[in-house]
Amino acid sequence: MQTFSYRSVSTVEEALAALASPTARALGGGTDLIPMVREGRRQADLVVDVKGIPELGRLEIDAQGNLTIGAAVALHRVYGHPEVARRWPGLVDAASLIGGTAVQGRATLGGNLCTASPAGDSIPALIVHGATLIVAGPAGRRSIPVAAFCIGPGRTVLGPGELLIAIQVPAPRPRSGAAYLRFIPRNEMDIAVASSGVALQLDAEGHIAAIDVALGAVGPTPIVVADAAALALGQAPSAEMAAKLGAAATAAARPIDDVRGTAAHRKRLVDVLTRRAFMAALHRIG
Amino acid sequence: MTQSNGFKVIGTRPVRHDGVDKVTGRALYGADVRLNGQLYGAMLRSPHAHARIVAIDTSEAAAVPGVKAIVTGADLPHVGDQIADIGEGAVNLRHLSANILAGRKALYFGHAIAAVAATSLTAAQQAVNKIKVTWEELPPVLNLRDAMAAGAAPLHPDVFTDELGEKSTTPSNIAEHLRHEKGDIAAGFAEAEVVVEREFVTGTVHQGYIEPHSATVQWNADGQLTVYCSTQGAFGVRREMSEILGVPISHVKVVPTEIGGGFGGKLNVYLEPVCALLSRKAGGRPVKMTMSRADVLAATGPTSASIVRVKLGARRDGTLTAAQAWMAFEAGAFPGSPVGSAAGVILAPYDIPNVVIDGFDVLCNKPKANAYRAPGGTNAAYAAESMIDELARALKMGPIEIRLKNAAREGTRRADGPVFPRIGFVETLEALLHHPHFQSRLERATGSRRRGRGIAAGFWFNWGGTSSASAQVNPDGTVALSEGSTDIGGTRTSIAMQLAESIGIPVNLVKPQVVDTDSVGYNDATGGSRTTFATGMVAYELGQKLREELIAHAARQFEVEAAAVRFEDGAFRTDGKPPLSYFDVCGALRDTGGEIVASVSMRTKGEGPAFGAHLVDVEVDIETGKVKILRYTAAQDVGRAIYPPFVEGQIQGGVAQGVGWALNEEYLYDKAGHMLNAGFLDYRMPTALDLPMIEALIVEVPNPRHPYGVRGVGEVPIVPPAGAVANAIFDALGVRMTELPMSPARNIAALAAAGVAA
Ligand SMILES: Cc1cc2nc3c(=O)[nH]c(=O)nc-3n(C[C@H](O)[C@H](O)[C@H](O)COP(=O)(O)OP(=O)(O)OC[C@H]3O[C@@H](n4cnc5c(N)ncnc54)[C@H](O)[C@@H]3O)c2cc1C
Repeated sequence: MQTFSYRSVSTVEEALAALASPTARALGGGTDLIPMVREGRRQADLVVDVKGIPELGRLEIDAQGNLTIGAAVALHRVYGHPEVARRWPGLVDAASLIGGTAVQGRATLGGNLCTASPAGDSIPALIVHGATLIVAGPAGRRSIPVAAFCIGPGRTVLGPGELLIAIQVPAPRPRSGAAYLRFIPRNEMDIAVASSGVALQLDAEGHIAAIDVALGAVGPTPIVVADAAALALGQAPSAEMAAKLGAAATAAARPIDDVRGTAAHRKRLVDVLTRRAFMAALHRIG
Repeated sequence: MTQSNGFKVIGTRPVRHDGVDKVTGRALYGADVRLNGQLYGAMLRSPHAHARIVAIDTSEAAAVPGVKAIVTGADLPHVGDQIADIGEGAVNLRHLSANILAGRKALYFGHAIAAVAATSLTAAQQAVNKIKVTWEELPPVLNLRDAMAAGAAPLHPDVFTDELGEKSTTPSNIAEHLRHEKGDIAAGFAEAEVVVEREFVTGTVHQGYIEPHSATVQWNADGQLTVYCSTQGAFGVRREMSEILGVPISHVKVVPTEIGGGFGGKLNVYLEPVCALLSRKAGGRPVKMTMSRADVLAATGPTSASIVRVKLGARRDGTLTAAQAWMAFEAGAFPGSPVGSAAGVILAPYDIPNVVIDGFDVLCNKPKANAYRAPGGTNAAYAAESMIDELARALKMGPIEIRLKNAAREGTRRADGPVFPRIGFVETLEALLHHPHFQSRLERATGSRRRGRGIAAGFWFNWGGTSSASAQVNPDGTVALSEGSTDIGGTRTSIAMQLAESIGIPVNLVKPQVVDTDSVGYNDATGGSRTTFATGMVAYELGQKLREELIAHAARQFEVEAAAVRFEDGAFRTDGKPPLSYFDVCGALRDTGGEIVASVSMRTKGEGPAFGAHLVDVEVDIETGKVKILRYTAAQDVGRAIYPPFVEGQIQGGVAQGVGWALNEEYLYDKAGHMLNAGFLDYRMPTALDLPMIEALIVEVPNPRHPYGVRGVGEVPIVPPAGAVANAIFDALGVRMTELPMSPARNIAALAAAGVAA
């Protein structure tokens, strides 16, 4: 345990000024940061609460159908939004299984991304939904594809003093579906041993027109299964296709043995989860 | 199932006496204690599993502002070998002392090394970080096979094997080898037509009580020590404090707080002596210390990892002819695993003519094993009940059929000596046999899911021990009951109910309270499933005394002989006069002979051994290895259910813990002996979402040696679950799981090894 100062800010400028100090940290729901500071796994002299910044609290679907989620929007708002739930089911799968009801009342997608846990549940889901991150910093604003955001356990491409502003998720493509599944030994209050997100689009003939598969907890960062498109594009979706994608997931995974699971079990799990997520995504195509 | 049997109070479901305080958050637990001038303590714990302490430099720590005292193992008085019996199992005080603060060596990751008291917790923790220890690391011994190997380096130079009562001449990590024998084992196996044999391994598990250990101690200038702590046994704490600190027992007063679970893990002291030493050094200011969850997991509890081999022989008709068991239990850093009670439990449910049971108590560089609910019972029954299942399958017999055929009954002699009095194992099996769950068909699952059903039985001795209590009748008719049994499972109510039944008054007139060690006679700890039995027996005697006195008072009001007065339906009656109400008599005590006060202390006899039989349906996902509990029914002979909701709660709680042990709970260490999962995230106890509603099937075969038939409830229900779940997994997969926990990865590996493809 260490003592720290707390400041609540209401504009991005104020936040950036406060975060200029190297020992300052942004605070979303605090469900990662506070336990980490308490256990001495993160240092923070100043905690900058960004929940009061209106831009970080936005949850909007624009005229083109694109979704913007402020970095500080609590998870329950994401899955509680009927349109979001209908159009971005993979994201909703992830948001509704992080922690439990109490955690979801506070925890944010921004925090889940910036913690950059290899097992962070929202990240593979956001990857397959093609999300982009809007970041503000001392040098202005930039945008980063989610797939390029994490660079190691606990490490992101965010530079010193940069703040995540929002997550932009493109409108779902026609005839598309998505699902995110994770494996945990219990039924809640566990961190993913392995996970898989699949997003899938069919063409008018019912062949696969687009596919994205991303894995969690089987490498230092979420892993995009690059072979998925080559295997599946133009093909009919089937159980055999699911099995091929599962095998590709196993091949792409680079898991380790740790307290949460063995490498061998994880390789097997991404196969199972990818097959099941593929079938679930397929069933969701309305 | 509970019948009234003419009782007015027993078997009913009143509002529990401590309910309002607990649901409104007013009940005071260990960490709620806050005294004037209190200092905060923090502990330095060993980062090594095994290391010599070359030097400890506290100079920088002492300079931290706010620090008032620092202590190390050198501050503990030297205690010799002395055995203190503090409840479930005896402890050697020298070992207990070295567990409180390490002496020359740190013996496990998390072993307490030094402590600081300061005016704030932050200052105390900062100072702890500035204590400099010079270590000489030693190779750790981390499992049974390494510890028992010939030539293994001994942890202690002064622990010798107690080999069937004889001391070995060289130090050893095998602290004890015990054996129970009955009949002629060779002849028994020669007679057998079917023999099955297998070895099982179980992991280290923790009791997992929700409340972390917390203690606040003041060592006053007059030499009096006052200890506030969350404990199963205030008198055991008093004794241990007296012995470890070398002070007269009369100098120690222990005030037990509410306790948020113990399960055997709160019988011994951990923080209390350290707080005392800090308080004395800090000029008598009270010092409070509370463990973090990581401390609780790394340095208290746990219960033993074990290896258990079981061999059974039977005739074709299912009659057991011989059984042999070999058990090695990890004791952790100091002797005293529950292998002894495991040896008593392992084959107890069955009447077997020829038996040999060997048990080994083995040291290793892990925290000292402590009692955990039916200590050793779960490990033992997991192995034995798996083998009964295997035998039944080999003989094509039903799981209840084979158990009924061999069931222990009144007069059966256990391999460890005692002959059973009236017991209810047969009745328990029969209750399960006729239950709709057993009668139902298990629907087959589809796809990658397989379903199976398993049964296992379990036994626990139960215990009597010493209890004392006092009571007084108030002018408004309430009865104040002062007891010394800390209330873990709702015993205030179950004891108050027995007192009320005995006097003949409604239970809401009894006001039970748990008091400190200076305010009531001696009580053994709340453990061994003894409290409702033994303190209940005391309450019965107390009730009889109060009733007799009340009748005497009524007789004086009636101006008749006491023998002419009856107390019925809340009124005193004598022939030819109008009745006197209970309240009138209570209100007039002062004028009819004076106040009514009574105390009773008993060294109880006649505890009732008890049995359970559990039935579980599971579903296994053969692609992921995950096991889902679909339905669970636990039958148990409780003697008499005094307060049925608590009996059901005890059975459900025991099952929940047993299922956790079976499926996911396990200490994980790296090769150097650092604990890797000292938190509830990765030490995976079941949550509410991991269990179905557990049906408790109460069987009542009254214990003839207790006034109300009580046997004791708390421990039996954790004995069968691991075996029951393992048998259900076998039924689902055809694979015998020989290692706990049966975690998803282990199940997948076992399936692969058995060639069962998903
Ligand atoms: C009981 C429990 C269960 C959990 N279960 C899960 C689970 O199942 N799956 C899972 O993935 N996680 C889980 N978590 C972890 C955590 O809840 C999630 O990662 C959550 O999404 C974090 O969001 P937060 O808003 O609370 O982050 P915070 O704790 O507020 O922040 C996390 C990190 O992100 C930084 N940060 C936050 N916002 C910004 C920003 N706008 N710009 C830059 N940096 C920022 C912070 O400085 C900090 O380093 C669990 C946590 C708890 C306590």
